[in-house]
Amino acid sequence: MPDIATSFINLDAITILYLFGVGFVGGLVSGFIGSGGAFVLTPGMMSLGVPGLMAVASNMCHKFPKALVGAMKRFKYGQVDVKLGLILGVSAEAGVLYGAGIQEKIKATYGDAGSNLYVSVAFVVILATVGGFVLYDAWKTYRSGNANSEEKAGKLAKWIQSINIPGTMVYFKSINARVSVLFTIPLGFATGLMAATIAVGGFVGVPAMIYVLGAPSLMASATELVIAFVMGLGGSLKYAMHGMVDIRLAMIILAGSLFGIQLGAIGTTYVKPFMIKVVMGLIMVIVLFSRGLMVPVYLSQLWLIDKLGEGTVSLLKTSSFAIMIFALLLGAFIVLRAMWQGRQAERLQHAAGALEHGKV
Amino acid sequence: MAQSSTRKKPVGVMIVMGIISIALYATLLLKQDLINSTFAQGGWYALLPIITAFVFSYFHGGFTGHFWTVLGVEAARKKKEVK
Repeated sequence: MPDIATSFINLDAITILYLFGVGFVGGLVSGFIGSGGAFVLTPGMMSLGVPGLMAVASNMCHKFPKALVGAMKRFKYGQVDVKLGLILGVSAEAGVLYGAGIQEKIKATYGDAGSNLYVSVAFVVILATVGGFVLYDAWKTYRSGNANSEEKAGKLAKWIQSINIPGTMVYFKSINARVSVLFTIPLGFATGLMAATIAVGGFVGVPAMIYVLGAPSLMASATELVIAFVMGLGGSLKYAMHGMVDIRLAMIILAGSLFGIQLGAIGTTYVKPFMIKVVMGLIMVIVLFSRGLMVPVYLSQLWLIDKLGEGTVSLLKTSSFAIMIFALLLGAFIVLRAMWQGRQAERLQHAAGALEHGKV
Repeated sequence: MAQSSTRKKPVGVMIVMGIISIALYATLLLKQDLINSTFAQGGWYALLPIITAFVFSYFHGGFTGHFWTVLGVEAARKKKEVK
């Protein structure tokens, strides 16, 4: 662990504005798809000179209050399944602990480069398969012309819902069916494992709720906020026990992200459900390229390929970070645009209604 | 949205929450050395950042929620009718 006394960076106005801004955009995306932002915030803090572990800890300490506020907001819209969120959240906590253990072992055996390579490969594999599928599904919905119709559970979800294992069945309102917790536990565990590995558990948790359990996109993304709260609270406590949380960084990011998460949550009430999949799938696929660029760097550090020149490494690192920021900004742009269009449509509808009733 | 302009907006609550929020952030930044050295002690002191996060989220979360409402940015009224 780094020397705590020398780990706290000096905060100037530019740094505060930077953290506030990234927090806002990350919050906006999280409010909409239930997660996101962490993959930019952690490296973003590290680029300011914050030690890696402290960046992870401070990110986590901003995540749980943000997720709490977002979950409460979306609960008001009837989008949160608290029971499902808590059950998945508890098993996710176990996944986080297990994932952190794997990380420590890899780091001890192969060093920082080995650990980074593991994270990047996990990113690329998970994002390529899950992100690609989510995006394909959103595209299929758009092409089918059923974007406005209610989402239906897929074949896998219907099969899961049909299995009755006595003593383990729980009714979930988001699914409107009884599902065995023996299915939810591994899903929560995988979400936590991903949160500990690639920092964004929601990239697994939300698609799992949609495709494996059969929850509608809006409810899945809202319920993910409950999972993020449970995981973030447990993780923050663990890091805080070792004095690793820089509360100033966490609260400044929170300042921006609470503006964002409220807006992202409001945005969900204006859009068609498949837009959740569009934003999530796009971010995942773009981030995949960002992490993919870093794979040669880590392979080179491990001497698995020829050593790369310093200029090449620097170019790859900068490009990777820039692509990640682009992914987040694109997500935020789509959310704001969809919300704007939804508001315009609602205004027109009210105006038309008023005209019909002879009020104008 | 058209109806929202006729509803009373929570300006007073937003201002109170905003002032408390600013006071919290001012304290955090003005007393950062003391706060950092205390919070970094770990052990039972781990509860301090957690409590801080809850307090900030209550007041700042309340402020940001009312902030968008006052600006007229609110949830859609009848979701199913909106494209």
